[in-house]
Amino acid sequence: MSIRHFAFASLASLFIAGPVAAAQTLLNVSYDPTREFYSEFNVAFNKHWQVQGNEPVTIQQSHGGSGKQARAVIDGLRADVVTLALAGDVDELYKLGKLIPENWQQRLPQSSTPYTSTIVFLVRKGNPHGIKDWDDLVKPDVAVITPNPKTSGGARWNFLAAWAYAKQHYGSDTQAQAFVEKLYKNVPVLDTGARGSTITFVNNQIGDVLLAWENEAFLALKEEGGENFEIVAPSLSILAEPPVAVVDENVDKKGTRKVAEAYLNYLYSDEGQRLAAKHFYRPRNQAIAAEFSTQFPALKLVTVDKDFNGWKTAQPKFFNDGGVFDQIYQAH
Amino acid sequence: MSSITLAAGAASNAKRRGNAIGRRVLIVSAWLVFALFLLLPLLIVVSEALKHGIGTFLASVFEADAVAALQLTLLAVGISVPLNLIFGVAAAWCVSKYSFRGKSILVTLIDLPFSVSPVIAGLIYVLLFGAQGFIGPWLRAHDIQIIFALPGIVLATVFVTVPFVARELIPLMQGQGTQEEEAARLLGANGWQMFWHVTLPNIKWGLIYGVVLCTARAMGEFGAVSVVSGHIRGYTNTLPLHVEILYNEYNHVAAFSVASLLLLLALVILLVKQWSESRLK
Amino acid sequence: MSRSISPVIPGFGLTLGYTLVYLSLLVLIPLGAMFVHAAQLSWAEFWSIVSAPRVQAALKLSFATAFAAAAINGIIGTLLAWALVRYTFPGRKVIEAMIDLPFALPTAVAGIALTALYAPSGMLGQLAASWGVKIAYTPIGITLALTFVTLPFVVRTLQPVLADIPREVEEAAACLGAKPLQVFRHVLLPAMLPAWLTGFSLAFARGVGEYGSVIFIAGNMPMKTEILPLLIMVKLDQYDYHGATAIGVLMLLVSFILLLLINLLQRQIAKS
Repeated sequence: MSIRHFAFASLASLFIAGPVAAAQTLLNVSYDPTREFYSEFNVAFNKHWQVQGNEPVTIQQSHGGSGKQARAVIDGLRADVVTLALAGDVDELYKLGKLIPENWQQRLPQSSTPYTSTIVFLVRKGNPHGIKDWDDLVKPDVAVITPNPKTSGGARWNFLAAWAYAKQHYGSDTQAQAFVEKLYKNVPVLDTGARGSTITFVNNQIGDVLLAWENEAFLALKEEGGENFEIVAPSLSILAEPPVAVVDENVDKKGTRKVAEAYLNYLYSDEGQRLAAKHFYRPRNQAIAAEFSTQFPALKLVTVDKDFNGWKTAQPKFFNDGGVFDQIYQAH
Repeated sequence: MSSITLAAGAASNAKRRGNAIGRRVLIVSAWLVFALFLLLPLLIVVSEALKHGIGTFLASVFEADAVAALQLTLLAVGISVPLNLIFGVAAAWCVSKYSFRGKSILVTLIDLPFSVSPVIAGLIYVLLFGAQGFIGPWLRAHDIQIIFALPGIVLATVFVTVPFVARELIPLMQGQGTQEEEAARLLGANGWQMFWHVTLPNIKWGLIYGVVLCTARAMGEFGAVSVVSGHIRGYTNTLPLHVEILYNEYNHVAAFSVASLLLLLALVILLVKQWSESRLK
Repeated sequence: MSRSISPVIPGFGLTLGYTLVYLSLLVLIPLGAMFVHAAQLSWAEFWSIVSAPRVQAALKLSFATAFAAAAINGIIGTLLAWALVRYTFPGRKVIEAMIDLPFALPTAVAGIALTALYAPSGMLGQLAASWGVKIAYTPIGITLALTFVTLPFVVRTLQPVLADIPREVEEAAACLGAKPLQVFRHVLLPAMLPAWLTGFSLAFARGVGEYGSVIFIAGNMPMKTEILPLLIMVKLDQYDYHGATAIGVLMLLVSFILLLLINLLQRQIAKS
């Protein structure tokens, strides 16, 4: 092969992902707070995969705001699997890109959500503002940190949890809207992703309370300076169900369906569930959840499907352009 | 006559005193701006990076994903800078050596990317090459990946750095005129000989200066690359994107360590720039 | 169509052709794609997107902070250029070399460094907070970040011009009895103004589009500290391609109109 041939071939290989790639690669496109969990899970899965007599697989990770990540996949990021913050974002893969079938959520157990989480409060040591429940967040002198529900999946769970609380305590949608409007008036910084908010609260020391994924809050306690914070569990929160899906269009093109499906199934295995719990996700497997019962406070949890008629209703009503969130922001 | 000289002397003495105060004020404020605006951010990057000692710093810089990000950044710079270098020379050549209708429009178009937000630069490539975009479906059918892969990162980088070399060369070559080239031609040199032996030596330092600026911007581009990167760790993360990721991972020290690596590269670029500039004068 | 200055120099067709093809492929066609995409919208749709309060707030914020930063640089930059050209003093060479740091430093690095300094927990942020001023997560923080990244523009455009004004001109004017302010107003200002405006408009254009350094320090609150480029990003991440392109088009149009105005002003000054 002449140098020119070689140069051309290597240039071409930059542009064309050839089917001849020796080792299989698997791209997991995920949302912000799962980095640490999947870093460890990938190693465990690879071991399991090889024990079963397969070639090792290179697992790539991409993280960002959940909506942003779904959009990237729709725009052509070749994810084999997506592990996003909420079903609404995965739905878009069907609606806009036709990358997965409409019934994707029925393909895996528990509506394709191998682990769950919830929304808790992270406050500064000693809880100087005495924050106990959602009502404390609308007091005029409390600064609340939460990301932008338009871009962040976690923020949408935050929003719905606050809404559910207000609705139960004050009755009507109008009053619930007035409540969340008051709450968002107390938000001084609205980051684009859950991680951005945690950084704002923990590192830049802004705000009195952070509305956070439970796993994110635990993680913050574990990090440097974590002793300066404590977790407060509100009287009512929401069952956050982050779903996973194989992206059919991409795995069929790349020939990775088998490993992609094995990867997601392994999330339901005992080891997968234990790793999830280790990284502060609530395991679906009841036996393993019981092993970690001291770690997770018992909470009264509402669900999107029962209390909000699923994401297909909640997303347009609250978060699309002109929805409730836009209304409360423009009322400012 | 002597009284006039005296009066003038007194006036200029008074002025000198006034000047001396003005001079001091200006120098002190120059120092203040320098310290507050340039030195302090630089020091904070280094001090945050070394907060936990040199060991953590080195570990962060040599961590596999950081090394992969550095390689990708260098590769993207290595492709996009030569492209814009050739373009810059060609553009400066036709603009400065000939007069033709529409020349000022051409110069404006060359400068255009300066006034386009990097985010828009990323957006336009998504609109073009994204799966929902104009030629995205065709690319997908032929299994060609542009955005969320190296080609997209290079395209975005090229876009934001298009004007740099051309902008340095155009005034320089216009100032030099065409006599030397004409003489070379009359002496029998062909086009390439004339370019290599006459034009290139004349524009050498301006060229280096332009390349240096182009390299700096290409290395640090964030907004445009962020839109088209896909953020796959170890694969499509450039160094500036990696800084953001580490920053978002509570990995403050690692973020600032990688940032100080970029800072070091920036200082090297400044040195080369200073050197080429001094040769230019 | 072409008329060479000197007919013996070859390469016109080659270089012009290459320039046009390169620019078209990389810059013009992609930018055109955005306009074509936006053209799928009717006027009413376009208008309803760009006139939304959130977009209007971001528009005002982006242009106001970029203008403020360019204006601050107009003053600081003039002082710096003056000191660097007219005086020799200890450290001049270092300052001279470091002026371009904001060009060479990746904007994300600038962003996290400035946030570390000016956040309420940061060194200067604490100081400012003790005076009751909030810098990070307010428009002040955005202006500060933009001032940093556009610092070199005014300095670099003014320096050669100042170096070209002979000192004798000022001295002569002073000897003729002109007060320093008069010297400035009648001698220096007219000579400096065109270059100053160039530096100003470059800084302004860059500031309007700047993203990397701003998002870390801005706080990104809709209606308050959300800049236009971020809003494009946000729209895009909500699968709202039309919204993103409409705002992109709006942003380009407003930038061009402003730059055109500055250009006209410059010509006016050059004439008088």
